[in-house]
Amino acid sequence: MCAMAEETQQTEAIFANYEPVDTGDAYQKVTAAKSGSQWKHDWFVLRSLVSKDFKLKYRRSVLGVLWSLLNPLLMMVVMAAVFSYMFRFQIEHFPVYLILGTIMFDFMSRGTTGAMSSIIESQALIKKVRIEKIIFPLEKVVFELVNFGLALVAAAVVMVYFQVVPSVHALWGLPFIIVMVTLFSTGLSLLISALSVFFRDVMHLWGVLMTAWTYATPLFYPYEMLAGWMQLIVQFNPMYHYINFFRSIMMWNTNPGILECLICAGMAIVTFLIGLLVFRKTESKFILYI
Amino acid sequence: MNEPIVVVNHVSMMFNIASEQLNSLKEYFLALIKGKLHFKAFMALNDIDFVVSRGDRYGIVGTNGSGKSTLLKIVAGVLEPTKGRVAIGGTIAPLIELGAGFDMELTARENIYLNGALLGYSKQFIDERFEDIVDFAEVRDFLDMPMKNYSSGMVARVAFSVATATIPDILVVDEALSVGDFLFQEKCEKRINELVDGHGTTLLFVSHSIDQVERVCDKAVWIEKGHMRMIGDSKDVCEAYRHLGEE
Repeated sequence: MCAMAEETQQTEAIFANYEPVDTGDAYQKVTAAKSGSQWKHDWFVLRSLVSKDFKLKYRRSVLGVLWSLLNPLLMMVVMAAVFSYMFRFQIEHFPVYLILGTIMFDFMSRGTTGAMSSIIESQALIKKVRIEKIIFPLEKVVFELVNFGLALVAAAVVMVYFQVVPSVHALWGLPFIIVMVTLFSTGLSLLISALSVFFRDVMHLWGVLMTAWTYATPLFYPYEMLAGWMQLIVQFNPMYHYINFFRSIMMWNTNPGILECLICAGMAIVTFLIGLLVFRKTESKFILYI
Repeated sequence: MNEPIVVVNHVSMMFNIASEQLNSLKEYFLALIKGKLHFKAFMALNDIDFVVSRGDRYGIVGTNGSGKSTLLKIVAGVLEPTKGRVAIGGTIAPLIELGAGFDMELTARENIYLNGALLGYSKQFIDERFEDIVDFAEVRDFLDMPMKNYSSGMVARVAFSVATATIPDILVVDEALSVGDFLFQEKCEKRINELVDGHGTTLLFVSHSIDQVERVCDKAVWIEKGHMRMIGDSKDVCEAYRHLGEE
């Protein structure tokens, strides 16, 4: 009884010198006046974040960005030394074979690993500023794409040293395969960055998965070395196709063919669409879980 | 009627408070299979409905945990309401927890650009205003120092300065002024007044200090436990709110 009396008293108190406005009507009015595209601004934010990452990565290092070039080169030297003395694979121009495979795989693996925690790491921002959330995983992929571009220069140096000439198909093949790998990595990044918000397990699993994936991709051993059943399984490994494509145009002087193109594109587009869909469906709930 | 600029249309916000913390896939599926996925619903906001007209200075008062910050976050577009909708008719400068977008490893100079980008400025705009921003924040001597070496007051000064470099249509202030020394607080209040008086900026102001709300705002909403308890002239609302303790 007493509670009800208090309730009515409260409702009466709501309007003091306030003319009630039809908020539904006002809503229509305000939304109708809105316009303009966000794209240009989102692009600027993306660029600022990428340049931030570069500044932080190379702060206080003498060689700076040069490390993005030196790193794959030194890695290749180490791996080439280890694998040519221990395993003795019959691969022509083994260092070139190595560096081409590892830089492309590293692009995917670093991009996705960085993107995975990008939403969680940006929680301070996401909670306080209105911002397109897809920017964060995208930014990590773009950052690694730039690194990949620098690593390509290192690969070119190695190719010159071993006098390996890329085929003419590289003219269309190189841009094509870079777009495909980027699409694939982006899709995967969107998927796991969204999933890791809800289940942090993903973050622990991903490292293991990446190690398994590294060994399941012919990076430092020849495809022919795999057992028959493994050769079949590897066909479902997108990274195998991308790296194979990459090597055919860069060092084997062959045309990958239309079927291989379709496989590469198909895997990239499907992965991208799944990632985008999952991200878009879940992004409004991120803030409640970070 | 005045032109509406912020419309809060029957907004409710419900948070699920999980009765247990489920942080792993295994736990989640186990709970799902057992049918034990219980959530306690918590209504942070319940049917909030009001319109702010262009040029208004709106204060939002209420005790701790009554949903003020949640409401501001919904208005700023950070949170999506469970029910209802919000429309904003212009640019918005949120002063919610200053310095959210700063990376403490970067220098102040780099942070001004980064934060500006996050707030929606173009590079050219920041270039033009850079000197003003630095002057207002009074950090010229420390521009190229990593911000992790800044005091919290200095961080707040830079943040406030960047956020108010533009002339926004709507300024959202959430207890942002409680940091910094009194001189800086005065300066901030002056800057806010300048924006509102000189440029017709609409103000949404949250503060625990009733006097400050009464001084700065001309209208006010009182939110209590997620419900709208009162709306009207800030004098009336503040007067009523003041008597809360005497009930």
